[in-house]
Amino acid sequence: MDKIVVENLTLQYEDGTESLRGVTMSIPANAITVLFGPAGGGKSSLLRCFNRLNDLADVKAVSGRILLDGVNVLDPGVDVVALRRKIGMVFSRPVVLPFSIRANLTYGLELMGERNPRRLDEAVEHSLRLAALWDEVHDRLDDPAIALSGGQQQRLCLARSLALQPEVVLLDEPTSGLDPISTGKVEAALQQLKKDYTIVLVPHSIQQAGRMADFAVFFLQGELVESGLGKDLFTHPRDKRTEDYVTGRFG
Amino acid sequence: MCATPAKGAADPPLNWQEAVLSRVIRLSGYSAIVFVGLIFAFLVREGLPALFEVPLSDLFSVRWYPIEGYFGILPLITGSLIVTLGAMAVAIPFGIGTAMFISEIAPRWAREVLKPMVELLGGLPSVVLGFLGILILSPYLRQALDLPTGLTALAGSLLLAGIALPTIVSIAEDALDAVPKSFREGALALGATRWQTMWGVTLPAARSGVLTAVMLGIGRAIGETMAVMMVTGNAAVLAVHLASIVAPARTMTATIAAEMGEVATGSIHYHVLFFIGMVLFLISFAVNVTASAVVFRQRSRAERVLS
Repeated sequence: MDKIVVENLTLQYEDGTESLRGVTMSIPANAITVLFGPAGGGKSSLLRCFNRLNDLADVKAVSGRILLDGVNVLDPGVDVVALRRKIGMVFSRPVVLPFSIRANLTYGLELMGERNPRRLDEAVEHSLRLAALWDEVHDRLDDPAIALSGGQQQRLCLARSLALQPEVVLLDEPTSGLDPISTGKVEAALQQLKKDYTIVLVPHSIQQAGRMADFAVFFLQGELVESGLGKDLFTHPRDKRTEDYVTGRFG
Repeated sequence: MCATPAKGAADPPLNWQEAVLSRVIRLSGYSAIVFVGLIFAFLVREGLPALFEVPLSDLFSVRWYPIEGYFGILPLITGSLIVTLGAMAVAIPFGIGTAMFISEIAPRWAREVLKPMVELLGGLPSVVLGFLGILILSPYLRQALDLPTGLTALAGSLLLAGIALPTIVSIAEDALDAVPKSFREGALALGATRWQTMWGVTLPAARSGVLTAVMLGIGRAIGETMAVMMVTGNAAVLAVHLASIVAPARTMTATIAAEMGEVATGSIHYHVLFFIGMVLFLISFAVNVTASAVVFRQRSRAERVLS
């Protein structure tokens, strides 16, 4: 079942560069979809279209449609705040807010108006367990979040978006700054999460793309080159450019 | 060492320049400390005798009437405090609000116009603001609040707020601007509205810079003389209740400025004026030390966390 359908999406920045050109694709529910390709391919721009974070950037023109459960999220009438609660996002550099660990997790819920302390505590524990962080921090939830290690901070960010019980989780190179052990933990957490969530991942390496992809989409210079099941795309790419990239001839 | 002749010829002038330049730079660095020390020593030398010439109980009494030998500086201290506090009550919210608007809300063209304008306002001579205070603000206050005179502590506060505002806005805006964009995106991606992001994330993240802005604003306000002298009415009345804000007041700075020109050198009055200068110096010293202590504590905490 397709959770997100992108139809003929073109995005142009103010300086005239076209970040995405005529992209059409679909993202299935309860699976990990990997968007990969060399830098500047438009992967992050696409992610930021899904939750309308591009509204902040100097985007000049967007055309096409992005359907989330059949509703076009690019429609100007869409409630952006509600949309962003439905679509969580984790960035490449962990963005811990300048609060305690607990407050980082409850912040989003409190913005939604949740005040019941028992419910907040439950959400904290539940989301930390999902992000495989509970065992490491459960006895120091009131410490400043900035004191955590990079890997822990990134899992905290994952937990923070999960605390809002989103339907889709977007991850933009979530492990680019992490050591292999932390990376392994994040990846394992994502594999667990895909049962219940739709996950869109921009990996920081082709190896991670290969490890994680249920579905894979290859982007080059703003163009969607090829998409398909992860195990097919990495072993039998149909397009010459995909093959060259996957085998390391450029990139 | 066996340096070649050519190199040996080029080296001495370079070393000589180096030595002179580094001494000059070091000297200008240390001179700042020396000057502060000398100024304070001078203040103490001229001001401290006041403590022996006027009994302490008289010095901290409520009557300032130097011609008849009343040297109570309490009304002057309360005058300075009430005018400064009033100014801060206006300037802090307004200044931080302006900074937030410039850094977070205003479109780019507005930002490029607003920031230089605000900074230009900071360069306006305070005497010019004093004109506006006398000719426009005071008559307006007198009519609007139905007062016997418009030359009140309130008028001084409002002018001082105007003087402190550019400092607060400029520094607070720099601090807000320095908050990484990722913080805002992180909050927005969690479904925070723009206001929630600003108030809950950006402002707390910039708090040490904003605090510095406020402290420097206070420092600027408490030392201001001209504009305040022109509009506060200069009556040395002890400010004891809230209504004192709409009564004339007299600040420490204005007292010194007004009376120093006519006082006999070495007289009791002269020494007391210097003593007031000492008190003023200590107050702004305390404000500055508090500010840098707060900022330093926050910075060292951040550094500890990052290392």
